[in-house]
Order: sequence, then C-alpha cells, then structure tokens
Amino acid sequence: MSVLEVKNLQTSYNGHIALENINFSVNEGEYICLVGENGSGKSTLIKTIVGLHKKDNGEIILNEKLENISYLAQNNLVDVEFPATAKEIIMTGVQKHKVLPFYTKKDYKNFEEICDLLKIKDFVDKRIGNLSGGQRQRIMLGRALIRKPKMLILDEPFSGLDINITKELYEMLDKLNKENKMTIIMATHDLDEINQKNVRVIELSKTIKFDGNITDWKGMN
Amino acid sequence: MDILSLLNYPFVQRALICGIAISFCAAIIGVILVLKKYSMIGHGLGEVGFASLTLAVALNLPPLYVSIPLVIIAAFLIMLISQKKGESGDITIALVSSGALAVGVIVTALTKGFSVDVYNYMFGSILAMSWSDVILSVILSVALIVIYILFYNRLFSITYDEKYAKTCGISVTFYQFLISLITALVVVLGMRLMGTLLISSLIVFPGIIARKLTNSFKGMVILSAIISVVCFIVGILISFVLNLPTGASIVAVYILLLLITTLYNKILD
Repeated sequence: MSVLEVKNLQTSYNGHIALENINFSVNEGEYICLVGENGSGKSTLIKTIVGLHKKDNGEIILNEKLENISYLAQNNLVDVEFPATAKEIIMTGVQKHKVLPFYTKKDYKNFEEICDLLKIKDFVDKRIGNLSGGQRQRIMLGRALIRKPKMLILDEPFSGLDINITKELYEMLDKLNKENKMTIIMATHDLDEINQKNVRVIELSKTIKFDGNITDWKGMN
Repeated sequence: MDILSLLNYPFVQRALICGIAISFCAAIIGVILVLKKYSMIGHGLGEVGFASLTLAVALNLPPLYVSIPLVIIAAFLIMLISQKKGESGDITIALVSSGALAVGVIVTALTKGFSVDVYNYMFGSILAMSWSDVILSVILSVALIVIYILFYNRLFSITYDEKYAKTCGISVTFYQFLISLITALVVVLGMRLMGTLLISSLIVFPGIIARKLTNSFKGMVILSAIISVVCFIVGILISFVLNLPTGASIVAVYILLLLITTLYNKILD
C-alpha cells in the first residue's frame, strides 16, 4: 500500500528552482535514502513533505495520519542555554493534532520503553544543552519515536556525529524498519553505513537521477 | 511607618492585588517571550500603551477603552510582520515602539495640561489602580492560568522547537497570536502601575533570573512566578516606605536579585 505519493513536484529556494518534475511513491515498510550532492534538493524535498517548505506546483499525498508520522531534523539544538531537560523534550513528541496535549500513563510507559531502547536513562533529567552531540541526537530520535510512528522522515540525522554512534543509530533504524515495519525516508550521504540490502535509493540533482536498489546504486558509484 | 497598617488603605490593597496578579501573569508569559527572544515586545507594547493613554486623555475617553484595542492590534501587527516578512522580532518591535512613542509625544505636545499625567504614565503610580482594574486583573490572571495549564505542553513544544511543532500539525500561528494577546493584556493592565517605560521589566526579569537557577522549563515557569510575586511585594513595600516610584523600586529589587543569582552561579562554577 502506498503511504506517500509525490506527483510532478516543483519547489523553489531563494527564488531558484530547487526541485522539478519529482515523481515517486513510497510503499508501507519501505526504507528510502535520498542522496545527492550538497544543494541537490534532498533537504528541500524532506521539508516540503513534512510541511516546512511550500511547494510551487505538484502534489504530495500522504496516506497516513499526521500522528503516525515523525520528523527528525539535522541539527535540533535551538539554544544551548535553553532550560529544558531531555525528558521534557522527548515528551513533546507526544503532541497530537487537534487533541489537548495532556500526557497519559501510556505516554509515560512509551517514554520508559524509549529510554531502554535508546539507552538514555542516565541523562534524561539533564539539561539538553549539557549533553554531547551524540546524546542529544539520541534524545531527538527519542522525541521522534515516542509516538510510535508508522513513518519516520529524517533529514541527515546523524551528520557530524562520531562514527561509532552513527553506526549504532543506523543499526537501530534498520531494526525499526525490519521488526516494526516502519517506513523510513531519510536524506543522507552515509550510505556506506547502511547494511540493509532492500534499501531503495533516490538520487537527486534538481530532478530524480536514479531510483532503485542500494546494491545497484553502489555498483554504479 | 508600620508596614501592616499600610494594608488598611484601599489604594494599597488595590495596588497589591493588581500587582500580584499582573506580576504572576507577566512572569509566566515572560518565560515564553524570553526564550523565544521576544523580550523587547513588552517594551514596544509599553510605548504603544503610552501613545494610547495620551490619545485617551486628549479625546477624554476612559484609558482602558483606548489602550486595550490599540495594544492588542500592535501586538498582532508585530507578530504578523515578523512572521510574514521574515523580519526579526526586534526590528519590528523597534519600528512599532519608536513610531508609537512619537505619536504619544506629538499628542502630548498638542494637548494642554498634560505634564503630571505623562510622568505617571511613563514611570507608574500606585494611585492609578481602580477597583475595576482589580477585577480585570484577577479575571485575566485566572483566565491566563487556565489557558497556560490547558496548553502548557503545546506552548512548551512551540517555544522549544517551532518547526518540529509545525510538523506535528500544531498551528504555530494560532499560538503565537494567543501569546501576543496575553502579552498585550498584561502590558495594558500593568503599565499604569509599573509605568509604560518599565512594564517590560515585569515580563523579562523573572524569566532571566529563573533561567539561571533551573535546568527545566517547568522549573523556570514556577520559579519565575515566585520570583515575580516576591520581588513585586518587596519592591512595592520599599516604594511605600521610602516614597519612591513603584515601577522603579520593583526594577531595583529585580536588578539586585539578578546580581545575587549571577554571583551565586559564578561561585558555583
């Protein structure tokens, strides 16, 4: 079943066309990596899909409820001095559209599960600005996962992180995709770290240059 | 002077009730404004409040009738221009506040017999509060506390990461206008007690001080409210005893507490 359809999409950035004639659809449980050079439009496409960037033309059809979709951006730290604990930030991932956002017992249970999954229990009560880059990105992944999304959209989520942490977090995404059948759409340039064989690669350079299996893409590059 | 005997005076009772209610509201909305880097909005709206008060006197209308709509419109405009044009909040506030101050000064110059009132408007007076102000302040405080509790998690989400909140389907614009509306009402109600030039301190100082003492957002909200009410009471008592302007006395207490907390943090480091 198709959970996302992009039809004839065109978007601009600072007055220049960033993407044009973009057509693809995503099936439930697919793991998709958007790749391309800097400025190829990966981030713009992700931001357009999640509603942070306006499209000029075309259609984006999401066949999934908003509360089942989570987004993780590249650099989430708004302000190092911001007084918020890691726990407070993870809990904001619970926000539900059109529902008053009181946290329920189930939400707190999910929080405990996320702490175990991401191994973050030791620092959830610390101020977010006092954590290392790797710890912080785990917290942000926790915020994205706490609502148990069916679709996870990530924009270069682990760039700038230590190689071991990056590897560990990619393994976690593999697991979520395989075991929970979570659909993953991720802008990245770390394809070497992805060991899954059934990953679909979409290469962008203003338009789609390649759309196929990761093994074929690696063979060509 | 016996401080407790002061409480027998109705004008003191009015100033205390109004002040505590407004300081509480200003502090909890101030947390959001400080963290979203909209600290100067209180100052900008204070200037608009000054212009609206001069207009009210010139037109012989009740001050609140003119101030409330004008300050709310100004707050919405600041938020709208900042959002639509992508201007930073500070630029828009600077434009609106200097424009409003100019209007106020021109109206003052064109209207006779204004000088005493102008001083009171700018620097505040404990005699300015009426019983209807007390009722309005208490109603506003109760309404604000209810709104704050109902939308607390969402307001925090928007304050921390507006973009993420947007991807969750939260109407960021709606909450920004809600924050503007509350700020405008706090400014209008507080400006005659604190003065149009000093009302922003009620919004900014508690948040800045609390931020130095806590690691959590919830902690900052609670501490801000406590600091605000305590500083207000201490400041107003100093102003009674030493016969000093209310607003300035409260700001002096804030500055002293800010210095103490800064020093405390330096020692801890």
